Amino acid sequence: MNAAYLDNAATTAMLPEALEVMLSEASQVGNASSLHGAGRRARRVVEESREKIAAALGAKPQEIIFTASGTEANNLAVKGLYWNSAPEKSAIFSTPIEHHAILDPLEWLEREEQVTLHLAEVDGDGTTQVVSAIDLLRERQNEISFATVMHSNNEVGALQPVSEIAAAARELKIPIHTDAVQSFGKVPLNFSTLGVDAMTISGHKIGGPLGVAALVARKDLELTPLLHGGGQERDVRSGTLHTPAIAAFATAAEISQQRLESNASRIRNLRERLIQGVTRAVDDVRLNGGSNTLPGIVHFTFAGAEGDALLLLLDAQGVQCSTGSACSAGIAQPSHVLIAMGFAPKVARSSIRFSIGATTSEQEINKVISVINEVVTRARAAGVK
Amino acid sequence: MKVIAAMSGGVDSAVAAARVVDAGHEVIGVHLALSANPQKYRSGARGCCTIEDSHDARRAADIIGIPFYIWDMAEEFHEGVVSNFLSEYSAGKTPNPCLRCNEKIKFEAVLKRARAMGYDAVATGHYAKLFSSDKGPLLYRADDEGKDQSYVLAVLTQEQLSGALFPLGDTVKSEVRKEAEARGFSLAQKPDSHDICFVPSGDNAGWLRDRLGSEVGEIVDEEGAVLGKHKGAYTYTVGQRRGLGLTIPADDGRARYVLRVEPINNRVVVGSREELAITEISGVDVKWCGPVASLGEHRGLAQVRAHGKALPCTYRWDGERLSATLDEPLFGLAPGQALVIYEDERAVGSATIDWTK
Repeated sequence: MNAAYLDNAATTAMLPEALEVMLSEASQVGNASSLHGAGRRARRVVEESREKIAAALGAKPQEIIFTASGTEANNLAVKGLYWNSAPEKSAIFSTPIEHHAILDPLEWLEREEQVTLHLAEVDGDGTTQVVSAIDLLRERQNEISFATVMHSNNEVGALQPVSEIAAAARELKIPIHTDAVQSFGKVPLNFSTLGVDAMTISGHKIGGPLGVAALVARKDLELTPLLHGGGQERDVRSGTLHTPAIAAFATAAEISQQRLESNASRIRNLRERLIQGVTRAVDDVRLNGGSNTLPGIVHFTFAGAEGDALLLLLDAQGVQCSTGSACSAGIAQPSHVLIAMGFAPKVARSSIRFSIGATTSEQEINKVISVINEVVTRARAAGVK
Repeated sequence: MKVIAAMSGGVDSAVAAARVVDAGHEVIGVHLALSANPQKYRSGARGCCTIEDSHDARRAADIIGIPFYIWDMAEEFHEGVVSNFLSEYSAGKTPNPCLRCNEKIKFEAVLKRARAMGYDAVATGHYAKLFSSDKGPLLYRADDEGKDQSYVLAVLTQEQLSGALFPLGDTVKSEVRKEAEARGFSLAQKPDSHDICFVPSGDNAGWLRDRLGSEVGEIVDEEGAVLGKHKGAYTYTVGQRRGLGLTIPADDGRARYVLRVEPINNRVVVGSREELAITEISGVDVKWCGPVASLGEHRGLAQVRAHGKALPCTYRWDGERLSATLDEPLFGLAPGQALVIYEDERAVGSATIDWTK
């Protein structure tokens, strides 16, 4: 059975070039913090990688803080900014559609440190409403410690008005972070012109390895560290640097930047093909996320079919996708993103996400189109709670 | 066939799943999440319903090499099993939740969903045997007498049984454990589950008191004389002797047993062992796990508890009630339990007991 991997928003296949760099670095010895020859060699690889990633992002090399995951970088941004702010700044501004790696640390601060969360409104497409967001920022400027607004939504793909909100935040002297894990390498992204103070990016979403990510943070942005130790990254993040992963991340960042336009247009075509094929094959299907989305995310609601059942039946046909919803103790909960978009829980549960990546082929898209009708029919027969 | 293997995380269902794969079927493993908050149910390696159990089930599925999913059946379980358990107890009856779980969850909600999704059957680790015949599927006792679970499966209809697979019916438990070991399942030495999976402490009376309240009431004899006080009538079961805390000795100085629980006036009626003796049992909500019996009287065996003895009887089917007259009296039988009729090793049908004499 030929499989179709359409879960590239979860993780991507490594680029051959990145894999080659990773393997070659992994065969070398050297701690980038050591002063001897082997250490210096590793340090050089790390710093060259930092420069490549910075160049791909329109950032300065010293603004890149390597971490072990996007989740870690988001936690560092959220807790690091909050703990470093003045005591009267007891609130945080964000959106209700953030990834759990932002929402959960925010909710943890709310619970443990009595932080007030001000969450912006989003529309039915999953786009943050700019005017009301800026009003809220202005209204609460004296109490807001910092703002964090994702660059694009990981479930429905909607691009967010980050630069508009960042401009307002800067005017109000409120630091702003953006989780750009899904956007990096997929849409043009420039750290300095976007106007944010900090940004999260991750390696494995762009053909790089798992276990490496970065918080890009302006040099004058003060962050309280989460991990204390050797102080390897600007004294903000400790831990021996993962030279092979960092080198491969840089290779992937460079290549995805070079191929950004050609990949995006190819992926957009595949997306269109998938949307047309599925909407032709199945009745009563709704495409979510509006018109301004990431090139590779296709999020459908199949009324009357449970996302879990669709996933199981697609998996049995070799089609790998995601319900986009989080598990609580193994039980799928309706997605908080869709709920924030105004979906009824039952409708939210009837949704799945296909995510197309640089390695996706036309055959994989055709495979989905060829099985989708039978799968949805069966899932609808099983019903939705 | 395309088969859903229900995997609790225990030894039996893991081996059952592996055997269905060996038999050449296309199998996926499914763990049933029966509580929206699994920590609330039994914790530790005691058989079902915990996060560890779903992890164990997943590891077994990995080793077998089948896809694995968790199905949320919390609402169905609460409605069909837990609520029923509470309402039966508050009506003075003694329900069997495992039997309801088979009837309402595993071979109803799960089988229905499986069939809708194009699967043919649900396989479980129950100890019972199924044979197909020109009269439809026939349910028999397992070879392992001590583990036999045909009693809790006799509530299923032939239609449900036609979508069931019990691959362990011909194997004794010790062999199943050895097989689990040989297959490399880390759960091979997990203890058997006991008691009721949704009562975390194993303290059934305490669990019921927490949910149904504990209104103090009278313990009386058949004449209505007050002999003592109780802490919530529904925590007593017909035939119970211990924990009555009676201070006034019986006239004859002999032990007293619960004869009846009367939830309406919150009374527990006690009496002698002789008064517990019954020979007539009758029940409603009759289910045939084999061909429907012809109207009238037949010889057979009656079983009224999960691991109780099969008692020789004459049973009757009048089109509405299934009744049995026992050859020898039985002492202490709670309404709400299932009457299961066997002919030799074959389970014939079942009814929920609502009358005894």
